[in-house]
Amino acid sequence: MNIVRLAVAGTLESNDVLVSVAPGEGRVEIEVESIVLDQFGENIRQAAQEVIGEIGITSAKVRLEDRGALDCTVKARVETALRRAGEAQK
Amino acid sequence: MRRTMLFIPGNSPAMLLNADIHQSDAVILDLEDAVAPAEKDAARVLVRNAIKTLGFSGTEIIVRLNPLDTEYIRDDLETVIPLKPSLVMPTKVSDAGYIQQVSAIMTQVEEKHGIPVGTVGIIALLETAEGIENAYQIAKADKRVKALFLGAEDLTSDLQAARTKKGDEILYARGRIVMAARAAQVDVYDTPFTDVNDDDGLSKDAEFAKGLGFTGKAAISPRHVAAINEVFSPSEKEIAYAREVMDVIEEAKKLGKGAISLHGKMVDKPIVDRARRVLEAAAALGLGGYEHE
Repeated sequence: MNIVRLAVAGTLESNDVLVSVAPGEGRVEIEVESIVLDQFGENIRQAAQEVIGEIGITSAKVRLEDRGALDCTVKARVETALRRAGEAQK
Repeated sequence: MRRTMLFIPGNSPAMLLNADIHQSDAVILDLEDAVAPAEKDAARVLVRNAIKTLGFSGTEIIVRLNPLDTEYIRDDLETVIPLKPSLVMPTKVSDAGYIQQVSAIMTQVEEKHGIPVGTVGIIALLETAEGIENAYQIAKADKRVKALFLGAEDLTSDLQAARTKKGDEILYARGRIVMAARAAQVDVYDTPFTDVNDDDGLSKDAEFAKGLGFTGKAAISPRHVAAINEVFSPSEKEIAYAREVMDVIEEAKKLGKGAISLHGKMVDKPIVDRARRVLEAAAALGLGGYEHE
């Protein structure tokens, strides 16, 4: 799948995460902002990376504004944002 | 034993996270009315991940689907059937054909994923005049149908009637759906009580529904769960009486008596059947063992 447009998923409500996706410049860049960045920043990044890998994205800018989301929520929001931003490869 | 079914909006991580802490016997993870059209895709993925990872221990999982005439239902079923929830809830069910169409999609998805056909059941939400009139045929439409559920808000709109707390406008529908479900030998659930701040009104409404023969009742607020559970659980008095009934029946059998009375009233088969159901429910809820065969 290629990322061809800007898209967002999620919210800034408690226990959620707002994920923004944009076309990349030949690589995947992940930026995380979180109320628990010191404790869980790396976990959030890994959860996002896992979904990006599963979907087969090699170029994208992904920004996560976390409000205490669990892994399953982070993964759900990243997946939704990627699918909204993407286009299947021909 | 399913007394309560608590609605949880499918696109709310905070509510999904806490869905199993409210002592509801079942949770209805809602992909329909609680989710805006632009967020259907997000809710589907979130509900899928929540079922996969949160577990919802001790709580039965039901997923409410979008209506058959929308573009969403196939994706709903493709997403949730592989996770094997106990039941899915088709909405605005109008007739037997509706159930058969949903069941056919479910079969396709089950076969695709190597799941035995029929693993996931159906609780049909009847919320139109047509659906209520076809309640028995809907209940008998497919082996997957395990229960009927009355949705009064949409129904009263369809009836062009005002929705009232007293509920006279849904009395016929309540009686009709209970009759149909019992005739088809499936469970039957009452519509939620929508005033979150009227505890007394909730208890009366639940008592009334129990009196009509409903199996249980849905809730739109976690605050309603305890009161509904209490109403639909056998009381100590009911359990004690049921035990007395079973004891006198045992005694009558030993003595070779055909007719027997308890507290001056004849104990016949319907009374014994009711006593047995009370004791089975009590045993299921851990309110006392079932000691009679």
